[in-house]
Amino acid sequence: MTRFLVRRFAQALIVIVGVILITFFLARLIPGGEAKAVLGAKSTTAGINRFNRLNGLDQPLYVQFWQYIEGIFAHLNLGYSYKYNQGVRQVIGERLPKTLTLVGASVLIALVIAIPLGILQVVRRNKPIDYVVTGGSFFFYAMPDFLFGTLLIIWFAFDLHWFPVSPPSDASAWAVFTDPRAFVLPVVTLAATTIASFSRYMRSSMMDAMAEDYIRTARAKGAGNHRVLYGHALRNALIPLLTLLGLSLPAIVSGALIVETVFNYPGMGLLTVQSAFNDDIPTVLGTTLVITVATVIGSLLADILYAVADPRIRLGGE
Amino acid sequence: MTEPDGEGPDPVFNDYEREVPLPIGDGETISEREFLGEDTVPEGGESTSTGGILRQMGRVFVENKLAVVSVGVIVFMVLFCFVGPHLYTTNQTNSQLVLQDSSANLPPGHGNPLGTDGNGFDMLGRLMFGGQASLIVGFASALVATVFGTLYGAISGFFGNWLDSILMRVVDVFLSIPVLFLLIALVTIYHQSEVLLIVVIAFVSWLIPARLIRGETLSLRNREYVQAVRVMGGSRSRIIGRHIIPNSIGTIVVFATFQVADSILLLAALGFVGLGVPAPQTDWGTMLSNGVDAAGNGYWWQIYPTGICIVLVVVAFNYVGDALRDSLEVRLQQR
Repeated sequence: MTRFLVRRFAQALIVIVGVILITFFLARLIPGGEAKAVLGAKSTTAGINRFNRLNGLDQPLYVQFWQYIEGIFAHLNLGYSYKYNQGVRQVIGERLPKTLTLVGASVLIALVIAIPLGILQVVRRNKPIDYVVTGGSFFFYAMPDFLFGTLLIIWFAFDLHWFPVSPPSDASAWAVFTDPRAFVLPVVTLAATTIASFSRYMRSSMMDAMAEDYIRTARAKGAGNHRVLYGHALRNALIPLLTLLGLSLPAIVSGALIVETVFNYPGMGLLTVQSAFNDDIPTVLGTTLVITVATVIGSLLADILYAVADPRIRLGGE
Repeated sequence: MTEPDGEGPDPVFNDYEREVPLPIGDGETISEREFLGEDTVPEGGESTSTGGILRQMGRVFVENKLAVVSVGVIVFMVLFCFVGPHLYTTNQTNSQLVLQDSSANLPPGHGNPLGTDGNGFDMLGRLMFGGQASLIVGFASALVATVFGTLYGAISGFFGNWLDSILMRVVDVFLSIPVLFLLIALVTIYHQSEVLLIVVIAFVSWLIPARLIRGETLSLRNREYVQAVRVMGGSRSRIIGRHIIPNSIGTIVVFATFQVADSILLLAALGFVGLGVPAPQTDWGTMLSNGVDAAGNGYWWQIYPTGICIVLVVVAFNYVGDALRDSLEVRLQQR
């Protein structure tokens, strides 16, 4: 297990350094240069030179990269947003916890719904309920999240007035516990696609588990249906689901960007979209970097859980 | 030959491209693949013609009714968007002129079968007009992504060793960035035009074909006919270009089909957040987002037709991709 964890940590570190490299080079590859993007199209050569000198952009590339890395790790310096006139870290501020709340709540709900659905389909396989759930998950899988969110707003906020269109903009990340009503539509939207793919995966991984030798062994020992299903098959089927969770995180976070835009939910995604409109490149790159690191850490956690849950890894060397 | 995730989730979801690896790391996936790869030699190396593979796939494909219907839907949508405007001419570019003829936000009725939008443009004509951009960008970026990813994966898998490790780590890094964030960063830096959107969407989409083709290459490069070319002194570029890529053509076609659906969705998402094809052009995502702004007024005709178009095309491409993959598997089983 130690070897697995060390390897997984090294992988995560490589990815994080890689992402830092990407954001670094994207900032250097702005057409016309960073100085022009900040100072405007009418900036003078002298002004540009001065900006470059002040920000160390006249240094060789490797020096710049070192300073960039040092800034990130030593001072948590993610760059400066000239549009908001403050550091990108300050701009991001409260928004990261909000996105994490949204993603966390959706993943949790998706798991709580998808796992029983998958089991139900295996217990009642090739019965009407299996087909109904299969059809439903196809529907939600094909439905783009921006369209689904929009329809939910039209039906449940405008027509039925059951839920507000968007959470109040000053609500903190904790409001999900104090005022959950406002979070229902965004969380449902984000969870829907995830439930669709997770329940499909759960169904097939349950089916696979049921075909294994240890199930036959358990049955031969006289274990009842219930015990075989929940004691043996379910525990083994949950393990690959953790891998899928780790792998799906980038896609779910991507979905969060859409959901935040649809529901005007002030998280990292909405900030990115708004900054894109403002041509605020440092903020866009900063949010991309931060959200990616958060995603990588999330996937890492899922893999650690995986290692703990799977005795083949927990006890084996590799 | 089996797929890397042969016993994985239901094939109908795009998990083909998701390549759920074995828990221990991708290294193991590959060795299993190599291990499972049959050593049967397809009839005479280079003469395994592209047409042969595709024709065999086609035969299985037409037996799948849903897929044939989906092809019909795609053909219809292409005709609708590109031929339609010639039969049903509407003004879609000049917003001043259009308001002289009709008014904004008209419900469906005489003269405007699907009503008009907030600028007075006829919605039916606008669906065709916006569909052009969506389909062009979808097809083109899928093509670019597939070509680049294929070459990248073939080179990575063929040369192996340290080059393979480096190239695949690059893929890992890009795959862990949530795609829409990267896409928006690119769009912010390189201002949008239709061509740039194609490039940018391709830039975030080449990773999966790169992985798939690398896996394919790893199993193909040890086949006897490839070794025979090597013994006869065939160059590396010849092996990749004439043997490895043509023999992976099935995988490539399947991926490209799924990718068209994904690219259309990515563009729709970009359009939805307001970063789609710049005016006066439009795309389905942008149209939907404009419709949503008016959703509170009950202008349903500005939302539902566009939404239905997006879902129809995306679902159709996914079904076609599924059917192609199934036919590819049948072909492999017959071999």
